[in-house]
Amino acid sequence: MKKEIEARGLSEEEYKYLLKILKREPSPLELDIIGAMWSEHCCYKSSKHILKKLPTEGKQVIIGPGENAGAVNIGNGYVAIFKMESHNHPSFIEPYQGAATGVGGILRDIFTMGARPIAMLNSLRFGHPNDKKTKYLIDGVVRGIGDYGNCMGIPTVGGETYFDESYNKNNLVNAFCIGITKRKNIFLGKAKTIGNPVIYVGSKTGCDGIQGAVMASQSFDKKAEEKRPTVQVGDPFTEKLLLEACLETMDKKLVEGMQDMGAAGLTSSSFEMSDRGKRGMKLYLDRVPLREKLNLKEIMLSESQERMLVVAKKGKEKDVMNIFKKWGLDAEVIGEVIKERCIKIYSEGNEICSLPTKVVVEKAPKYKRKTKKPSYLKTTGKFNYNSLPEPKDYNEILLKLFSSPDLCSKKWIYEQYDFSVGTNTILGPGSDCGIIRIKETGEAIAITVDGNMRYTYLNPFIGGINAVCESYRNITCCGGKPLALTDCLNFGNPENKEVMWQFKKAVEGIAQAAKSLNTPAVSGNVSFYNETNKTSIYPTPIIGMVGILEKAEDYIPSFFTNEGEDILILGNLKQEELGGSAYLKWIYNKVEGKPPQPNINTEKKLQKIITKCRDIISCAHDISDGGIAVSLAEMSIKNNIGAHIKFYFSKRKDFLLFSEPQAVIIITTKDKEKIKIAAEKENVNIAEIGKTQGNRLYIENVIDISLKEIEQARKSFFEKLLPD
Amino acid sequence: MKVGIVVFPGTNCDRDIFWSIKTLGGTPVYIWHEQEDAGDIDCIILPGGFSYGDYLRVGGLAKFSKIMDRIGLFADEGKFVIGICNGFQILCESGLLPGVLMRNINMRFICRDIFVKVERSGYVFTKNIEGKILKMPIAHKEGNFWCNNETYEGLKKNGQIVFSYCTLDSEIKDAANPNGSLHNIAGVCNIRGNVLGMMPHPERVCEELLGGVDGRQVLDFVGRENG
Repeated sequence: MKKEIEARGLSEEEYKYLLKILKREPSPLELDIIGAMWSEHCCYKSSKHILKKLPTEGKQVIIGPGENAGAVNIGNGYVAIFKMESHNHPSFIEPYQGAATGVGGILRDIFTMGARPIAMLNSLRFGHPNDKKTKYLIDGVVRGIGDYGNCMGIPTVGGETYFDESYNKNNLVNAFCIGITKRKNIFLGKAKTIGNPVIYVGSKTGCDGIQGAVMASQSFDKKAEEKRPTVQVGDPFTEKLLLEACLETMDKKLVEGMQDMGAAGLTSSSFEMSDRGKRGMKLYLDRVPLREKLNLKEIMLSESQERMLVVAKKGKEKDVMNIFKKWGLDAEVIGEVIKERCIKIYSEGNEICSLPTKVVVEKAPKYKRKTKKPSYLKTTGKFNYNSLPEPKDYNEILLKLFSSPDLCSKKWIYEQYDFSVGTNTILGPGSDCGIIRIKETGEAIAITVDGNMRYTYLNPFIGGINAVCESYRNITCCGGKPLALTDCLNFGNPENKEVMWQFKKAVEGIAQAAKSLNTPAVSGNVSFYNETNKTSIYPTPIIGMVGILEKAEDYIPSFFTNEGEDILILGNLKQEELGGSAYLKWIYNKVEGKPPQPNINTEKKLQKIITKCRDIISCAHDISDGGIAVSLAEMSIKNNIGAHIKFYFSKRKDFLLFSEPQAVIIITTKDKEKIKIAAEKENVNIAEIGKTQGNRLYIENVIDISLKEIEQARKSFFEKLLPD
Repeated sequence: MKVGIVVFPGTNCDRDIFWSIKTLGGTPVYIWHEQEDAGDIDCIILPGGFSYGDYLRVGGLAKFSKIMDRIGLFADEGKFVIGICNGFQILCESGLLPGVLMRNINMRFICRDIFVKVERSGYVFTKNIEGKILKMPIAHKEGNFWCNNETYEGLKKNGQIVFSYCTLDSEIKDAANPNGSLHNIAGVCNIRGNVLGMMPHPERVCEELLGGVDGRQVLDFVGRENG
């Protein structure tokens, strides 16, 4: 028995607990179902009590966590529906399919709610560029994301990619998707009306991705590659048909609710829909469309892609089926909604499983796992930056930073994604945010994904705050008003006390920032067990934030647009904010120090100032990875307009130039006096540092480089790593 | 002008074209691929996307759709047919245009803004913009145009080359060629000049808000009464 329990990813204690609440021995099939549904991936058993700390409410929130995705009000009767999800484990085992199906899954989470997806972003982490697997992984992941999203015709408008040894054996793929619909047209993943037919639609079921949810809830060892059969295979063409067919059935009001057959496939969709509607279902497995001969366990646990479970309105079965037939997809009535809160499974006329949804969903185990402050933190915070030699040639250092994996141009990646399909992309990749026009309302939404894992490693609480603040600031810079966030929390093994401590602190940080900035978490995802041979990744919480621009035309670009304008800095340009900086990592190969101090209050004030002075700001960009010299160069490159800058250095020049102070925004304007008045009123520091001019980045007495040279350095990383 | 937009399973730029045509003052209608009759329309556009998931070959399955017979007749009548991106691939596959579109030379999908020079050609709607340089996005994996030498000489002689990839200074050279296309060809028409295929997406650059309006110069005719 012990073996059978283990094979399902359950512990002995969990089995004993199951016997207690089920009050009988489960059948083997029932045990398979429980194993999948009680996996970390499906039931969040280690994280649930901590996630409760996140603020989830606000005037703007229409649907918070618990549904397939969250929804926020964007006015004029419309809502934005969005979520971010990880597909880390599969993307290491099989990068192309792993990443592709990650995109497929998040798309279904959005259109299952009745929204047409309008944009995607992604956040990627790879191992050190010199690691022998990195090239293979990045090539596969990028092609996987591209081929899926491009075929669907959904633009990929932004993202971020970092490289670090910490991800050598556990790369991360987090995919974000947002859709738009009318508020009154939202559909939920609920089975509510007794007697309503349960319809299986989409691809046929095959034996791919079986026990994928269990695989995703375990650490890797030397045999990771052997897990390839647990990775699903994606088909974006079928997904495109599924998207159109699903939206058509919802448009015609033929359905009550639907849910993607994602992790744990038919099992999770049937149990979760029933649980949300406080109902049950009868399922006749003999009617499930199959690609090949499968046993009952395989049918229940297959994670074959591009499938949905639809609860139709009674009497509308034919209409639903006709729509799916038109799009060339399978559709079969496989069951019905029943009053008893129980999933009853039939095969060849016999009831072979009858599990109360309460036992499987609500009563799934929850753990308050032990936490312990990691021992490495005893030393990292005490690092003395003066122990580093001061550079002699700052031009050389800046170019070296731009040819580093973090700060290089990511063009090689994003040019493989169609970012202009949809005729809505105002700002695409390479800006602080993706900005997408909403044709229906004339508004635009600003979207960003951010998370600095080195900050979180050095102080998970501060790292959590900074991730939210950075997202918020990016939306501020683009002229948007931040609304809400989704989070993707990538961590190591939760059974490791130090990892659990990192997780708890990071969530507390996110919660504090999200609360004070009024950007509640409306959806999210936790990915644990990003660990190989007992080594965990850096704690990597990623924030996806969505903001609104009432008028699409009011966006602010992130790059210089005119010569001869004043360059101003809003916020406190603190020195020696070098902890976890790109400078320390890529020049000295050190991840040390205290991460930059957040300043939530200033973030709010910056939002006010930028909104108020929108008319006279021609461009805005925050200080982020790499520091102010990097930010200025980034602003220069796009339009080949340089800058002439003067700083007063009171300490070592690198302590200012490569510091990564938070809550600082660089802007350009033709009317500096008006901005000064606005800043003084909010009591925010403002400094004039120079003018836009020429085609060089010139910082008096330290840096003088042509933009062409910088551009060449930025290109060099991918040219060397993956030449054509 | 009433413009029919053909929708195959997997087409994904249909809604974009619909929007742009409306913006430019035309009257767009969708045509489902199983329709045998396209109705009373002045122009047909085959939009971009991944018809039939690019299975077999790009455009290789769409050519067997019922609507393609109708489009052939429509072209024979001298009415206007435009294929953009996947639409271009379908027109080549179905023999309405010469040449083939192979995998890009770097074997990868490419999405970026490029420049094309409008050549002197038999295609009516570019008459007023011949010699101009237009900035438009491309977004494809199979845009590498190829034909044999004899066909190429014919294209040149008959004025069938409509767009060529070029630099901002209108130089047609390798550095400006994003995908390996033969002689930088980005768009061609048939001998009669009423069927056009092009890889760049003019519908994506018809509004200042989206970063450019050069696409209007290609599509503006849809706003006119009758061609």
